[in-house]
Amino acid sequence: MTVEQVLFYLFAFGALAGCSGVVLSRNPINSAVSLVAAFFFLAGNYVLLHANFMAIVQILVYAGAIMVLFLFVLMLLNQRDEELGKRTFSIAPLLGIFAAAVVSVTIGAGFMSYRNATANFPADVPVSFGTVQQIGRALMTTHLLPFELVSLLLLIGIVSAVVVAKRRL
Amino acid sequence: MSLTVEHYLLLSAALFTIGAVGLVTRRNVIVLFMCVEIMLNAANLALIAFSRFHLVADGQMFAFTVMAVAAAEAGIGLAIMVNIFRHKKSLLVDDLNVFKN
Repeated sequence: MTVEQVLFYLFAFGALAGCSGVVLSRNPINSAVSLVAAFFFLAGNYVLLHANFMAIVQILVYAGAIMVLFLFVLMLLNQRDEELGKRTFSIAPLLGIFAAAVVSVTIGAGFMSYRNATANFPADVPVSFGTVQQIGRALMTTHLLPFELVSLLLLIGIVSAVVVAKRRL
Repeated sequence: MSLTVEHYLLLSAALFTIGAVGLVTRRNVIVLFMCVEIMLNAANLALIAFSRFHLVADGQMFAFTVMAVAAAEAGIGLAIMVNIFRHKKSLLVDDLNVFKN
């Protein structure tokens, strides 16, 4: 096993454990914290894929901004742990197994049809691949329209969050 | 045997499945939101893996856009949740049944 493989399995199982923690833990705060851990492991995977800029953005935006927002709302609303005690019978676990089966079979069928293609990563990666310079250049030239649309979307997001959350304008 | 794109795709598929399962089993709206974030991240991982596979940065652009959409979605969605909590005093989906009947 090379160093890269060891790191991949470390990050992969870390991400899987974090995401499982989100689904399995009964306290929403624990879910949020394990999601932060999962995001860090995913950022490690992005570094392995030579997507350094995306790894930084993943940590800054996801683990930083979005999860702080989640935790802030969780603590602001301060719900009594209603999910902790009440354990009524529901079809939710059965539905979960069914959903897992459906999604796995769908994705597995996709894999089977793809099986023959060569899947090895190209060995020599250009030094500039995934750097801030390359991403920035692409954002300002070939992907200028999506970039501007994203900025418009974020502006709409800001305004509508204020409008929705404010009691009286 | 070195790492292939399939390793990353399998990880992405597993994460997506976990997110989908959480979406149908959990009852807290905020946790449902986190499960949506997991699914978005699984898609991002597949996009970035293919970007590395083809050595084309476009996949990272898509992932970047997905992150921006997720940020906007989190802002608006949490604002909606604050409003729901104000009206209903609860964030469990079982209590959000005004459209039932």
